[in-house]
Amino acid sequence: MNWEAFWLTVRLAAIVSTLLIAVGIPIAYWLTYSRWRWKFLVEAAVALPIVLPPTVLGFYVLVALGSRSPLGRWWESLTGHTLAFTFEGLVIGSLLYSLPFAVQPFAASFGAVDANLLRASASLGHSPLQTFRRIVLPLSKAGLVTGFALSFAHTLGEFGVVLMVGGNIPGVTRTISIDIYDQVQTANYSSANQTALVLLIISFVALSIVYGLNRRPWAVGPWR
Amino acid sequence: MAVKAKAKTKTAPAPQTAPPVSTHPISSDLEVRIRKRFPSPEGTFNLNVSFRALAGFTILFGASGAGKSTLLDCIAGLSDPDEGRIVVGGEDLYDSEKKRDVAAWKRRIGYVQQDLALFPHLTAEENVAYGLRTLSATERTSRSREILARFRLDRLRDRRPAQISGGERQRVALARALVTEPRALLLDEPLAALDRPTKSSLVADLRKWNQNHRIPILFVTHNGEEVFALGDEVIILDAGRIVAQGQPHQVMRAPRLETVAHLSGFENIFDATVVALHEDRGTMTCQLGKDAVELETPLVRAEIGSRLRVGVRAGDLLLATEKPRGLSARNVLPGTIQRLEQRDVIIAAMVDCGGTEFEVHLTLAARDALQLAPGKSVWVVAKTHSCHLMGM
Repeated sequence: MNWEAFWLTVRLAAIVSTLLIAVGIPIAYWLTYSRWRWKFLVEAAVALPIVLPPTVLGFYVLVALGSRSPLGRWWESLTGHTLAFTFEGLVIGSLLYSLPFAVQPFAASFGAVDANLLRASASLGHSPLQTFRRIVLPLSKAGLVTGFALSFAHTLGEFGVVLMVGGNIPGVTRTISIDIYDQVQTANYSSANQTALVLLIISFVALSIVYGLNRRPWAVGPWR
Repeated sequence: MAVKAKAKTKTAPAPQTAPPVSTHPISSDLEVRIRKRFPSPEGTFNLNVSFRALAGFTILFGASGAGKSTLLDCIAGLSDPDEGRIVVGGEDLYDSEKKRDVAAWKRRIGYVQQDLALFPHLTAEENVAYGLRTLSATERTSRSREILARFRLDRLRDRRPAQISGGERQRVALARALVTEPRALLLDEPLAALDRPTKSSLVADLRKWNQNHRIPILFVTHNGEEVFALGDEVIILDAGRIVAQGQPHQVMRAPRLETVAHLSGFENIFDATVVALHEDRGTMTCQLGKDAVELETPLVRAEIGSRLRVGVRAGDLLLATEKPRGLSARNVLPGTIQRLEQRDVIIAAMVDCGGTEFEVHLTLAARDALQLAPGKSVWVVAKTHSCHLMGM
């Protein structure tokens, strides 16, 4: 078991899923309440990572982070090194890769909040944003936890994007799924088996949390 | 009209603790003149109304689909009219000409929706305090506790909506809307799901509150009995238009308005005077109009000589061609058929009983079997409990 790779992966997943809460909530808010006619295009773009081969996504992220792109140059002028093949680059790639796994549960739970509650809140003097904070968010707890757990588990197991964007640098970008691949390449099956089992258990626990939370529609919320 | 006169006078300001919310004049009225077209299952729906509601109760009465809820939504700012003007307490909330449209959350209009829309994750007290956002925490607590006490909800302060009864939820929803001291109050069938005693105590609470807060209360119902129980002013809405407006007894009795009679469900509505009380039997005798016709009705708290109104549905009346015997129904009135009108598959028989005209609904088969025709002598039969009493 490669503990260095394990903790690096857990750190990556924790950072990415936490950032996705901050990034995903505004996107999900917009997707839920916007009446823009071309909204479906944005929805499709957000969902793209679900169907796109990770290598394709990884390729574009690599190009975007490289020293030939404006973003890459800006980062380079700021820090003195490129984003490609760094942990930060990995975080950016993973954010895009796991975005729909956070945004979709968020948007679904926002949309499930009874519209009459929002109307009542408005007639009680609360602006749409205040209503969102005091009514929609608290009633969407299950969706927020679901989005967090799904993006955590999804980031934990990513392979293609990591390989394209981060390469395989021990302690920097070598995650456990890449470590498993390495071990199999070197015919080290028992170690690969151990690591794979850990990944399997974590993923199962994460999904159990998701399904446990969404087991039934709570009448007054799970905090009753 | 006493109600209108009162509306103009300003009542004493709210308690000393009055926060910024209550600096508006406590007496206000509501002017609405709007048009709105929108698609509906039966084609385009056309809402086109114009009215003025003064402080006190104004009943918005109409069948479902008459446009009542859409009208309330427009006033609350939750739905946009196509054109027109909405003014409350002298302030334009909406004016299509001036391109003015105040956001719902800035309108200060209380709105209790039909499903109440209590926040499920907040306690009764938190629900009530919700609309007091701009106040300090202590002020918020004291104001919400005060109104909770007034609505007899103190015990339930810490319960969530799912943990209290339907009537209690209704009170919480009302208290939540009233505590913000709105400039107008919109109630969308707030009594629909309640039993009768709960209904009347809630209405009594609301009336008491309205005595110190002279604001217009628009009260939506499709229940004709509620119209009479609440009195004041009634506006009758049919297919998006106002077909009548005035005091309940004037409007609901207006014979030329077929929709009104139909909507109210009481084809027969009579002014009556109590002439005898039979407390042992739980009934009383009422004399209709100035005539000698007497009806036995259920006993209500009334004194001999007091005036009230009796409503009887035409479908609840029976006709007999011979004087019935051995009958449980207590009201058997001799009369003469004036005319028979066929309406689809029912026959409406107009029967004159000593100067009072009753409308009785029969089947075609009954007409043929009894060989009913104008001029024929009949007996009109009514059970005591088919005679519904309504306040004046």
